[in-house]
Amino acid sequence: MSARGDEASYRVDYTSRPILEVRDLGVSFSGRVGLLAGLGGRKATEARAVDGVDLRLHRGEVLALAGESGCGKTTTARAMMGLIKPQRGQILFNGTPLGKDLRSYRRRVQMVFQDPTASLNPRQTIYEIVAEGLRIHRIHRGPAGEAEEELVARALSRAGLRPPERFFLLYPHELSGGQRQRVVIAGALVLEPEVIVADEPVSSLDASVRGEILKLLMKLRDEDQISIVVVTHDLGLAWTIADRVAVMYLGRIVEIGPAEDVLTRPLHPYTKALLDVVPETEGIDRPILSGEPPDPTHIPEGCRFHPRCPEVDLGAAASAGVEARCRGEDLALIELRPGHFAACHLAAARRDDVVPSTST
Amino acid sequence: MQTPPLHVGIDAPIGPVVDEELPPPVPPGSPRRIRWARRRKALHRFWLAFRRDTMGMVGLAILVFFIGVVIFAIFADTSGTRITEATGQPLQPPSWDYPLGTDNYGRSVLTLTIQGAKVSLLVGLTATVITMIIGAAVGLAAGYRGGGTDTVLMRITDWGLVIPWLVLAISLASIFGQSLFIIILVIGLTTWPSTARLVRSQVLSVKERAYIERSRALGAGNWYLVTRHVLPNVMPVIMANTVLIVAIAILSETALSFLGLGDPFSISWGQILQQANDAGASTLGAWWWLGAPGVCIVLVVLAFTMIGFALDQIINPRIRDR
Amino acid sequence: MSLLSTRDLTVTYQTQGGPVPAVRGVDLEIDRGEVVGLAGESGCGKSSIAGAILRLHPKTARIGGTILLDGKDVLELPPGKLRALRWTGASIVFQGAMHAMNPVQRIGAQIAEAITTHHQANEREAMVRAGDLLEQVGLPGRRIDDYPHELSGGQKQRVMVATALACSPSLVVADEPTTALDVMVQAQVLKLLTRLQRELGLAMLFITHDLSVLVEVADRLAIMYAGKIVEDGPAQRVFFEPEHPYTKSLAASFPQIGDPRFRRAPTGLGGDPPDPQHIPGGCPFHPRCPEVFEPCPDVVPSLFPAGEGRRAACLLVEGAIASARGGA
Repeated sequence: MSARGDEASYRVDYTSRPILEVRDLGVSFSGRVGLLAGLGGRKATEARAVDGVDLRLHRGEVLALAGESGCGKTTTARAMMGLIKPQRGQILFNGTPLGKDLRSYRRRVQMVFQDPTASLNPRQTIYEIVAEGLRIHRIHRGPAGEAEEELVARALSRAGLRPPERFFLLYPHELSGGQRQRVVIAGALVLEPEVIVADEPVSSLDASVRGEILKLLMKLRDEDQISIVVVTHDLGLAWTIADRVAVMYLGRIVEIGPAEDVLTRPLHPYTKALLDVVPETEGIDRPILSGEPPDPTHIPEGCRFHPRCPEVDLGAAASAGVEARCRGEDLALIELRPGHFAACHLAAARRDDVVPSTST
Repeated sequence: MQTPPLHVGIDAPIGPVVDEELPPPVPPGSPRRIRWARRRKALHRFWLAFRRDTMGMVGLAILVFFIGVVIFAIFADTSGTRITEATGQPLQPPSWDYPLGTDNYGRSVLTLTIQGAKVSLLVGLTATVITMIIGAAVGLAAGYRGGGTDTVLMRITDWGLVIPWLVLAISLASIFGQSLFIIILVIGLTTWPSTARLVRSQVLSVKERAYIERSRALGAGNWYLVTRHVLPNVMPVIMANTVLIVAIAILSETALSFLGLGDPFSISWGQILQQANDAGASTLGAWWWLGAPGVCIVLVVLAFTMIGFALDQIINPRIRDR
Repeated sequence: MSLLSTRDLTVTYQTQGGPVPAVRGVDLEIDRGEVVGLAGESGCGKSSIAGAILRLHPKTARIGGTILLDGKDVLELPPGKLRALRWTGASIVFQGAMHAMNPVQRIGAQIAEAITTHHQANEREAMVRAGDLLEQVGLPGRRIDDYPHELSGGQKQRVMVATALACSPSLVVADEPTTALDVMVQAQVLKLLTRLQRELGLAMLFITHDLSVLVEVADRLAIMYAGKIVEDGPAQRVFFEPEHPYTKSLAASFPQIGDPRFRRAPTGLGGDPPDPQHIPGGCPFHPRCPEVFEPCPDVVPSLFPAGEGRRAACLLVEGAIASARGGA
């Protein structure tokens, strides 16, 4: 399937070593237990926000981490940034695990946050906001001897704010939402990162303005080969810019693969359900999931999705003979098509069928 | 018929939304110059907002008046305060020669009151400085670090809040003697807990803000975050609180002096009240002797309170410029 | 006769900085049993309309024009009749409604309160009806004794829907009813709303910024920009065959998964929706319009007919220029 934007887009080399790698990541949060209750033997409730995640991000790749709230995508992103210390697992940058000293790492991997209004200190000018990264890392001159002002101007320009000097003395509240997000991006760009982790980069912006920011992200990838991890609940966004999509549920990745495959020929029932509720998708006809988004303190036995799985509910799992495994056997991602993985007993059982899944 | 469309999109020259406020495209100059220019602008905006608040302006007027009195007092002749050089008849009601009457030694109450302003305000301000430094430091440390530090510091703060300050002040004053220095110290050491509480809660809320996380993601360390982000955003609350603390400190000094714990060699409004009370001014009907310092105290405390409230109004609605 | 009809509706807020015209002349028609979607971005005025219909607006707002609800002019009603009309004629599900529940009152009591306030039943009967309403929105009736904090976000929103239906109104105004909810829960609430709408024959005014939702749910769709309607017509046609350039850009911001035209091709508008206090002259959209041409900065386009049951406020619509010139 060729798309209009494909010709200009950068081609990711999947054979090279991944620039950022996540191995068996585990992050838990404990609730609080009162002193007496703790002495009395009551344990704190543990929420396993991230429970075994493996990811590989290649140079110049756009990877979307998708899922509902509580699935662990934001926590994974923060762990990738080193903002959260994981209870288990490793983050590797260019093959080297993250050490104690994260400062140099921070220059290579930067973050863009969800709410541009909140991410900018209202008492700082745009100049100071963008220059902050340089000052923290005590960078007084650029690689070719440029002064701080020039580096700031260049970053603002790269982020689409032109002419950059006009923005130096302004405050965040004097800019529009889209411009503020560009300032956040400029603040990240000034350090010349190789990876940008974007947490819901456009969800707080007006719909018509989102495209510009997404275009900017794509431009950064195409021109500078910056790898981008986009955390989002919006699969439409993934369709627009992602090379690969990873769908998360209750702290695990349940499906990952090329965006075209995952979003048009999904293998995992959860992905199918998510796509079904997106109003614009054509053709996939599955009932809407009942129940509430899952609770990370009570992770079900077996496949963690089985209590809400329509295939179990409607008997498809039973007729394929896998229902017992769905209820009792936890499982990891299985490569069901080249490059396309899913953690589903039913999909694995069906792999041996000649006809691929029924959705268009 | 169609002219080419206006440039929109990523390569377009995008200008800021509000054109009127756009500063002229001045070459940036040194970062310090930018900061300074910006601070002036912010101060100017603040002043415009303050000017609109009637209560704040009245308070400011009163304060300016009393600052004038203090300055005058510094350069004025203090001979009138010495008993041996008293020139008037004792306990004279206000007259042309003695606009606020005389005390039981014949000293001009006006002179006493003017000189008293010096000490009262000095003690108030100095004690406030001590309070704010301790309170802000404790609040910052507790709020930012959290965990064990927070618990320990907050329990100390709680202790300070729970103990009746007057009792504590009396005990400290009796142990350490009566001097201006001790009084200042006592007030400072007993007033900081409420400030610490306030600062801590503000720090807790600022700490969670997204721009703090952004800074951290950029690579900032704790010291940088506290000094560059937390403190500036906590400052407005500290400033407003400081003004109110001055009022409290002045009142505290008055109370302590009135109870006889003040420095017997200095004259403050509280001291005047004490002397007047001891000499039985109320039964003698020497209303001017009690009235002058009393009214001054009320006015000054009121002034600081009004300014503090006005500051609060300006600081709290953060939509000031929007 | 339509159930709701507004003519030249204006809502202006009095602020320290001067009057802010949030809504600048809106004509809206909703027939019985019809679902009309009102879409637009921040600052377009759509939420102001929700409040205006039952005069539930902040004190600083001044409403102008005519609002006819079931033939009665809402703006002319005396307070007693207005209160009687509220909730029985039309009710509202507000934005963030789930936060609007009293945390110390059981949800059954809160629903029943709506009923007893309008003297439609005594307390006991009202509680029974509350239980029935909960069943209607898909919650077990025995939950009338629950407190709000015992419910999840989606469940609270269902309770708000139940409350809105308590007095059997003919019109329900839903202002961003699903915005704060998770994708899956959003779908459930939408399914609920469409089911109830069909079963009870309700008319609905569905206000949201999420155009994709309206395509599924609405019969007719109106797009607002800078306080005015810039396009309206049958929902599917407006979304898939937009006439107004703003609608085209807005629709393009909701990509169709599976459509290769949207793959790696993000589209969007530069700039920002205009500040109500600084609305550009001529066509308010012209500074951002990809199809702007000569007359746009000078001529204010009104809604021109643009097909069967459709209108668009753009000079590019066939025949628009001629009629604009004729009128100008």
